[in-house]
Amino acid sequence: MAIKTSSKEQERIIVPGPAGFHPPSAAQLGVMLPDPGQGLFYGILEPNEEKVMEEVARKMLTSPNATIFPGPLVLWNWNEHAAEKAKAVLEIASQIPEVLVIPMPDYRPKYPKIDPEEVINPNHPNLTIWGNKIEACIFIGVHCHYANLTLKMIRAGTNCCTSALCAEQGHEDAMLTVRDCDAAKLRRVAQVFKRVREEMKIKLPDSGENVRFTGTQSKVHGGKSHTNPMTFMPGAGTASAAAFGHKAEQMQREA
Amino acid sequence: MSEAEVKTNPQGDPVTSLEPEQKTNPQGDPITSVAVPKSDSDGKKDPHADAKKQKVVTPEYLFLDAPRTKEFITGSEAAKEAIRRSNVDMAIAYPITPQSETMQLVGVLYGEGYVKEYYRGEEEVGVMAAIAGGSRAGVRCFTATAGPGTLRGLEGIASWPGHRLPAVAMFTCRVVNAPLAIQPDNIEIAYLLNCGMIVFHAENQQDMYDFIMAGFIISEKNDVTLPVGVCCDGFFVTHARGYVRMQDKSMKLPPREAWRGAVPVLDAENPPARLSRDAPVQKSNFMAYNIHAVWQQEVWAAVERSRKYIEKYMGGLCTAENVEKADAVIIASGSAAAQSREAVRLCAEKGIKVGLIKVRSLRPFPTQELRKLCKDVKLIVVPEFNYVGWLAKEVAAAIYGHSKAKIIAGPHVYGGQSMPVELILDEVESGLTGKKSTNVPLSAIMGVDDPAAVAHFMRSI
Repeated sequence: MAIKTSSKEQERIIVPGPAGFHPPSAAQLGVMLPDPGQGLFYGILEPNEEKVMEEVARKMLTSPNATIFPGPLVLWNWNEHAAEKAKAVLEIASQIPEVLVIPMPDYRPKYPKIDPEEVINPNHPNLTIWGNKIEACIFIGVHCHYANLTLKMIRAGTNCCTSALCAEQGHEDAMLTVRDCDAAKLRRVAQVFKRVREEMKIKLPDSGENVRFTGTQSKVHGGKSHTNPMTFMPGAGTASAAAFGHKAEQMQREA
Repeated sequence: MSEAEVKTNPQGDPVTSLEPEQKTNPQGDPITSVAVPKSDSDGKKDPHADAKKQKVVTPEYLFLDAPRTKEFITGSEAAKEAIRRSNVDMAIAYPITPQSETMQLVGVLYGEGYVKEYYRGEEEVGVMAAIAGGSRAGVRCFTATAGPGTLRGLEGIASWPGHRLPAVAMFTCRVVNAPLAIQPDNIEIAYLLNCGMIVFHAENQQDMYDFIMAGFIISEKNDVTLPVGVCCDGFFVTHARGYVRMQDKSMKLPPREAWRGAVPVLDAENPPARLSRDAPVQKSNFMAYNIHAVWQQEVWAAVERSRKYIEKYMGGLCTAENVEKADAVIIASGSAAAQSREAVRLCAEKGIKVGLIKVRSLRPFPTQELRKLCKDVKLIVVPEFNYVGWLAKEVAAAIYGHSKAKIIAGPHVYGGQSMPVELILDEVESGLTGKKSTNVPLSAIMGVDDPAAVAHFMRSI
């Protein structure tokens, strides 16, 4: 029996994969980056970026093992703005029940052994997606070149719906992308997530502990399974990538 | 003076000159660079004074709105004036002889304070590596080379796009194979086209000036972050004079904002500082099989993204003149475009309507533009300053299936020859009338009735 698809779905260009052994890049397929105020909605220019934010929220709220992948630009305390953006990322996380937060702290190949369930890396991002069975994710704070590599590989080899909240011009290879994401826009995304969640009548745990720890994160935090992301606010207790199990010594070993 | 005290040169001849001793560098060349500027307190003029007064303006204002005045200068001088206004941090020279005086003139800018760092590399391998280091460290870099120098530096040049290094390199093309010559033969562009860098081809001194400045801004756009090669047909453009309309030298482009690049810059102050990017250099055991493949996809995706900036800052990847309702169209780049313009005029005198498409950007290539412009064209002539006809192959591959035009891959001149306008005129006439060409073999014509000739042409694409 032929699989029926709506005409709308047929128009979509960049959709969850696996797209194939080595599919053409989105740019090769003619997908162009959005102008300010616009977003990319499955490879199609969406004039209203708010609609893209809503779709990101729907996917993250309904897909198994939804994950936020924060990159170096929000993981490290480069400056006040980076810290402010990191807070906004945690605000987004606080709206998604059972969300995972898995860092991409740097771009180096992890050797001699990778732990793909604890950390994502542009050289083997598919392993992290497969290992955690992630079906929706958001990339925030990853340098654009490495985000583009990562997004291409995930689209090629996994069934994950990718979103990119980009500080620059967005990413063609993400299924959903919003551009110019400074701290204010990330806070706006958090508000959209809240509204969509409430419209979908999806509740957060009463304890406020909605972020699910990975194995190492749980170990670092005394065996706890969940946490309240707002307790990780910079300046309010333990913060930074170390809270998610990525320590400075690990980086030194990799040098 | 006793005999023992007589000074001699290295050959043992007595030195009798009364001129003061000339200081030389370790290679024996006289040192002629401008001394470090002295302060105003000693009453002498600060050679950096004008450079210090330059004001930063937006690229949009500088390229599109700022008033310009016309000067009659060489292509090398045009490049120098472009660098003066481009807020360049570092320029590295290896003045292959005989190339052009471009990098020597950029050295003068260093003396005047318009360029912050400048030195002569050991040779092109060292120069291109140093440009990589400078760009990776976050500064705006420029170099120029030509012919054999381009090929000697090609390993480094070809690595720039993969490392996502914004920079501008000027290639003043000339003969690369023996016997060498200074005259233009742009075969080296064929090597540059597949590196993953952005490649512009300047027709004249004005293009040289405009493309270099626009090149820096396009190169450094976050979604591009690639090197730009600005090519010209050396000698004709670099050594000859032409009119160039330039903005006032009191203005310059904004500095590079390295923190906005698609990759992090090299942090040399916090070890370990790695000269290569974090991944995936030669560590394939530790990464997924396809990281190298998507990396190359990403480089070419970045080339695609540069299109909108070329449109914005340069007015398009190509220009078209009188193409509509033309009997034939000439497609050319570089100096061949200038010769073609004259051929168009001669054709008009003979009552033949001929259009001209000048390709300014070879990478990205104006594929969609050519498909649209050549949709109803019956004859296309592609004159080139090289043997292999790389532009004709690009054109044929771009419009194949989108146009029924007969494509004449020629006329070609090479080895430093000039291109007489009459050669182009002959091809237009023979293409339209069916008269046998004296310059282009049948096998270089696509769209004729001889299937073997077409097959031969297509095989060579």
